[in-house]
Amino acid sequence: MPPIVKLLAQRIALGLLLLFLVSILIFVGTIILPGDVAQSILGQSATPEALANLRRDLGLNDPPVARYFAWLGGILQGDLGTALTSGQDIATAIGSRFSNTLFLAFWAAIISVPLAILLGLVAVRYKDRWPDKLISGVTLASISIPEFLIGYVVMYVIGVKLRWFPSVAMINDSMSLGEKLSAIAMPVMVLTLVVLAHMMRMTRAAILNVMQSAYIETAELKGLSGFQVIYRHAFPNAVAPIVNVVMLNLAYLVVGVVVVEVVFVYPGMGQYLVDHVSKRDVPVVQACGLIFAGVYILLNMVADIVSILSNPRLRHPK
Amino acid sequence: MKDQLHYLSGLVNAGRMSRREFMGRAAALGLTAAAASTFMSSAVMAAGPKKGGTIRMGLQGGSTTDSLDPALAANQVALMVNRLWGEPLVDQAADGSIEGKVAESFESSADARVWIFKIRNGITFSNGKSVTAADVVESLDRHSGEDTKSGALGIMRGIKNMTADGDSVIIEMETPNADLPYLMADYHLIIQPGGGKDAPDAGIGTGPYVLKDVDMGVRFVAEKNPNYWGDLGNAETIELIVINDNTARVAALQSGQVDLIDRVPPRTAGLVARAPGINVHTTSGPGHYVFIAHVDTDPFANQDVMLALKYGINRQEMVDKILFGYGSVGNDTPINAAYPLFTEFEQREYDPDKAAHHMKKSGYDGPVLLRTSDNSFPGAPDAAALFQQSLAGAGIKLDIKREPNDGYWSEVWNNKPFCTSYWGGRPVQDQMFTTAYLSTADWNDTRFKNEQFDQMLLSARAELDLGKRKQTYADMGSILRDEGGLICPMFNDFVDASSDRIAGWVEGTAGYALMNSYAPHRMWVA
Repeated sequence: MPPIVKLLAQRIALGLLLLFLVSILIFVGTIILPGDVAQSILGQSATPEALANLRRDLGLNDPPVARYFAWLGGILQGDLGTALTSGQDIATAIGSRFSNTLFLAFWAAIISVPLAILLGLVAVRYKDRWPDKLISGVTLASISIPEFLIGYVVMYVIGVKLRWFPSVAMINDSMSLGEKLSAIAMPVMVLTLVVLAHMMRMTRAAILNVMQSAYIETAELKGLSGFQVIYRHAFPNAVAPIVNVVMLNLAYLVVGVVVVEVVFVYPGMGQYLVDHVSKRDVPVVQACGLIFAGVYILLNMVADIVSILSNPRLRHPK
Repeated sequence: MKDQLHYLSGLVNAGRMSRREFMGRAAALGLTAAAASTFMSSAVMAAGPKKGGTIRMGLQGGSTTDSLDPALAANQVALMVNRLWGEPLVDQAADGSIEGKVAESFESSADARVWIFKIRNGITFSNGKSVTAADVVESLDRHSGEDTKSGALGIMRGIKNMTADGDSVIIEMETPNADLPYLMADYHLIIQPGGGKDAPDAGIGTGPYVLKDVDMGVRFVAEKNPNYWGDLGNAETIELIVINDNTARVAALQSGQVDLIDRVPPRTAGLVARAPGINVHTTSGPGHYVFIAHVDTDPFANQDVMLALKYGINRQEMVDKILFGYGSVGNDTPINAAYPLFTEFEQREYDPDKAAHHMKKSGYDGPVLLRTSDNSFPGAPDAAALFQQSLAGAGIKLDIKREPNDGYWSEVWNNKPFCTSYWGGRPVQDQMFTTAYLSTADWNDTRFKNEQFDQMLLSARAELDLGKRKQTYADMGSILRDEGGLICPMFNDFVDASSDRIAGWVEGTAGYALMNSYAPHRMWVA
């Protein structure tokens, strides 16, 4: 399918251009914030000598443009550099953090995506009756409550009162998979509650939209049951918008979980990024920003491609 | 007690302190500080400490950007981690006096200009090498060199020369300093092999524990150092988890995931204390929350404006509403009963009439602008609002400008003429005054420049007669209280909590939070 290949190439090129622009934005952003990395490292206890020494050692006296291009040169060779604050290799540090974030996002997605779609289907089947209203009510309520509050409530009830799962979702390499899953049970619960409504409502709306079509009426007339009509005929035709919103939420599970990570003390990318932003550690912020932007762009690209493939009119343009 | 009284008895032996003074000082240590309760609680816990097991703690303040280099330590977690693997020459004992760590003993020349620290015999670093006087000199040198980044540079500046002589380190000062041992107790000045010049963040020292697992800003695991010279450290393993979120930290303690936490939010400390199996510990310390004005900048250069502001603040209300009672009222000096040579002044009270009188006398009638931010101290914006209200009672208008947390310490503090801030305090007056109130101090955040004050500070530093020294500090405090730019409404207590799983908390330990950060060493699994 040459048009698809061309489209893919276009998307990827556009994605790379976007990444480049994002890196400039992040760099400029960290430069215009008040204070610099030396000031942030030494904090209130900074003396002028210590500041000057640290600035010199960190290469902060070079002009910003030179620093940006030095960094860009490293990236193009696959070198993310070292953190200004701790001197650690960024790639190593991010590696474990990012795999933790993906681990949490994976399990949250495994539970929330099928659950959201299932609930959406049930809501359509029992449209305007009590199951629909209950599902919509509960999920809309859970998306409306700030996630840190849900986190605290879950932590209090399940962690402190019932003691089913640990309230601190600290995972490390020496833990077995079972221990890790037990540790992340509560953050997964909270994330599921947070992303459920968006996907569920979109599934419901998209399928209801299709349900107005003539072929649905035909399917009903030929005697299929309510669920079969939705599952066989309505759902495949409503896949594009659903995939779109699922991808957006998956991206959120990777890049938007800072609050949940902080509340449950989960060693993921979010906390890592926040620490380094507050210390003006530009190379780390750049690297994290690039990875987050990459995830976002990639998932959106997947959503586009799936919706094109699922729609014959887009698959075979005139 | 032998080590702790060494400093005093050394002075007695050298004929610089009378026996009566010594007894009085030792009794005062026992009465004012923790010695009495130390003995009492150790008597109550007749069973004594048990060895073995794991103590887990959840602390605030760590960040993934931290380093194990003690020179760069700047938060509670870094301090605690350094306390596990390393030791300075000397450190503050529970009663606030100085006890030997890497140094076994120390003494000074008659004029307190030259100090000799004798290195403890036969102790080794955790990499197996024995500790030499050269290691000590190199370690101190790393914090005082021209290109150091150390947070301890300020206190190392007064040192003229350091030499290793056999098993002793000789430190020569520019000017006499009777408080040098207190300076050497600074938590940055950890003794490292070769001074840590090759690998500052290797985490190798002489501490009672050895780091096994390090994940910056996340988790640290340390195991008992089998070759440690002393008997410090009861638990076999200590696990430290960084939990920066207040609610999460308290929940971790309540759910039994950790045994010890710091910084219980004062607002909820009462509720936490009521939970079964949880003990909340409050410790008064030298830390204080302040409003600081540049006394070289108008309108604060006008002393009547400063006095109006000092009479226009309701200190008790701040302690009740900002600290929720976990603290004590301040008196516009940075010194309180946590300092060994403290002299009490008449408490300055909220007096709207006097405030209005001084404001009228000053001839200034415009509003006063106060800058504040959430991170200048917990509840700072609320404290600013309370100040605004109490000043309004005297007809003085205070404008509040809320600044972002980001960049507050670089853009506002020590930069703008009037703002909110905090001080952690120092172990002795000399260090506190030198850090923030000497004319030439880097952190003179009130721009307080008083020649008489400076001279008194230098003379007190060289004064070995404690009575005279105490009087000089009292006079200095009085100058600062009346002419300084510091408005100190409150001293904040440390509020920590532990679960019933561990025992051995000692009330009233001098120094930092969590028993001067020795709680995990001194407590044990019950």
